[in-house]
Amino acid sequence: MTLAAEIDNNNSPEKLLAPVLSAFWDQPNSWTLETYERHEGYQGLKRALAMSPDDLIAYVKESGLRGRGGAGFPTGMKWQFIPQGDGKPHYLVVNADESEPGTCKDIPLLFANPHSLIEGMIIACYAIRSEHAFIYLRGEVVPVLRRLHEAVREAYAAGYLGRNILGSGLNLELTVHAGAGAYICGEETALLDSLEGRRGQPRLRPPFPAVAGLYACPTVVNNVESIASVPAILNRGKEWFTSMGSEKSPGFTLYSLSGHVATPGQYEAPLGITLRQLLDMSGGMRPGHRLKFWTPGGSSTPMFTEEHLDVPLDYEGVGAAGSMLGTKALQCFDETTCVVRAVTRWTEFYAHESCGKCTPCREGTYWLVQLLRDIEAGKGVMSDLDKLNDIADNINGKSFCALGDGAASPIFSSLKYFRAEYEQHITGKGCPFDPARSTVWADRRADNTEVNA
Amino acid sequence: MTENVSLGMPQLPAPEYPAEVHARLEEDARAIIARYPDSRSALLPMLHLVQSEEGHVTRTGMRFCAELLGLTTAEVTAVATFYTMYRRKPSGDYQVGVCTNTLCAVMGGDAIFEELKQHLGVGNNGADDTTADGKITLEHIECNAACDFAPVVMVNWEFFDNQTPESAKRMVDDLRAGRTVEPTRGAPLCTFKETARILAGFPDERPGAVEATGGAGPASLVGLRLAKGEAPHHRIVHPRGEATRQEGE
Repeated sequence: MTLAAEIDNNNSPEKLLAPVLSAFWDQPNSWTLETYERHEGYQGLKRALAMSPDDLIAYVKESGLRGRGGAGFPTGMKWQFIPQGDGKPHYLVVNADESEPGTCKDIPLLFANPHSLIEGMIIACYAIRSEHAFIYLRGEVVPVLRRLHEAVREAYAAGYLGRNILGSGLNLELTVHAGAGAYICGEETALLDSLEGRRGQPRLRPPFPAVAGLYACPTVVNNVESIASVPAILNRGKEWFTSMGSEKSPGFTLYSLSGHVATPGQYEAPLGITLRQLLDMSGGMRPGHRLKFWTPGGSSTPMFTEEHLDVPLDYEGVGAAGSMLGTKALQCFDETTCVVRAVTRWTEFYAHESCGKCTPCREGTYWLVQLLRDIEAGKGVMSDLDKLNDIADNINGKSFCALGDGAASPIFSSLKYFRAEYEQHITGKGCPFDPARSTVWADRRADNTEVNA
Repeated sequence: MTENVSLGMPQLPAPEYPAEVHARLEEDARAIIARYPDSRSALLPMLHLVQSEEGHVTRTGMRFCAELLGLTTAEVTAVATFYTMYRRKPSGDYQVGVCTNTLCAVMGGDAIFEELKQHLGVGNNGADDTTADGKITLEHIECNAACDFAPVVMVNWEFFDNQTPESAKRMVDDLRAGRTVEPTRGAPLCTFKETARILAGFPDERPGAVEATGGAGPASLVGLRLAKGEAPHHRIVHPRGEATRQEGE
């Protein structure tokens, strides 16, 4: 084999991708129990039930699985924090409130393969000794809610939920709970308040949910993808899991490619793949355009540019490059996109979603929006740019929860990489971009006569 | 919201539901409360439930929730006004939400929203966001976790992926004409009230609703297909075209 062929081979999608959760999404009725069981579904649970709960926690810890909801906290360690023998009920709450702009992995996962989550939840509840688990699903995704209702019904009927599961003595009730539209409920303590029937506002920590969570009882809050990854680890072994990714970021994960790319979609791969590799295998940016800026993990993670195409997309790699892996939501924007417009819109989102509990976030996001709208409309002055930085600095690290930090991220990072573009809006007294050129149909109409519809 | 402040006489307590409605809703509410170790957890689903009765959360609905959960109406109002999915005034049978968060907006969501506004002759979030026939309420929504299908429009919280101004206009025309409209992912549309009942935790009983539109959407499968060595199809034009054609038929 020639060197060139070898390199090519190592960069082939078959080598670089690793579908696990998505492995049978293309099968008929992929969401049903029958299809799931045909693809080794509920085998991980059987292995887990053969272990003691403490051994199970240790096993998941040794696998190195880290939270897929953004923070990357080790999942097994979260489970270990639950006090045992305290006489209180324990709860597992799955955070399915996927709302971070750009993030679109849990919703397709639950739509195509809800049983992987349910199996993971049963395993987790066995480990932390919980008899009641909840899925907090954002309300705005009724097709997913339908499939969760159905999957839970199937799981009860098959004896995977309810009393004495598979003869193990484990009892578990699972409640699917639909939210009502509030980004902040993705923050774990706001989620718990919301699940208790209150306004979704974050709680002061400590106490952490592991000590005083839902109904002031020990509670584990995990992201959908984190929990759904557990059955495969049990079924195929922690060695298999750690053979993927890096030492500190082992395993596989879903990368969501979106924006001005030729082939947006879900790409499941070992941690550490790069955006360049993902773009190379999937047709790159849309024809005739160049990557301008992108987010590694949703709008709350500082944006990257073309110079970061080779950053390994794992927790350490992205962190070392000045951002966060977040939710692996790779939103790619090309040179037709105005960065001021993009950041203004994100900031409007944070202002809208700020829960109002703490002053830096509530007031800060409001004033950021006023300044940004002025700049975008050509009514800004140069000193506004420092003011933006200053306000963002007064939100970042000084607000009650991470929503504030998230709001500051696009401001800091866009000013770092694209200050000249902000200045252009001010000196030119307006936006130099034509939004029509950024639309998906912009080039289609120019290229061919097919009416796009 | 400041525009709703009134400085006159305090409002009288809301009227109760008629006895028959009250009895029916109470049975549903008891089923919801039974799902939780603590009754107050039932409040969000119960607000979806009262919304399924009247199409929006009324003072009567909030009083109903308060009485069943042993809360004050002030406590219930505080919750109902926090969450954007609870509508606070009469609205259309079909809630058309265009995603105008950054990615969808840039990819065409802003243009779709503007054209729908013109086409339907309604504003946004003002008094006039619903068409005169009471069919359509237009609003812009935040990121709905479908960025790989941008631009996205949600109707009664079902997915209409890869939209264009043309496909969106055709879709609202079909809705107003009473034709069956099917999303790209999700079940054939039911009314907003019926959707709210599903959100309250009562499974959709319509035959075929769970299976509708099949498994994962096309974008969800691209990585899997590449990993299996299947040739990447040239989806720059046609998957979007296909999706919109299907839905327009």
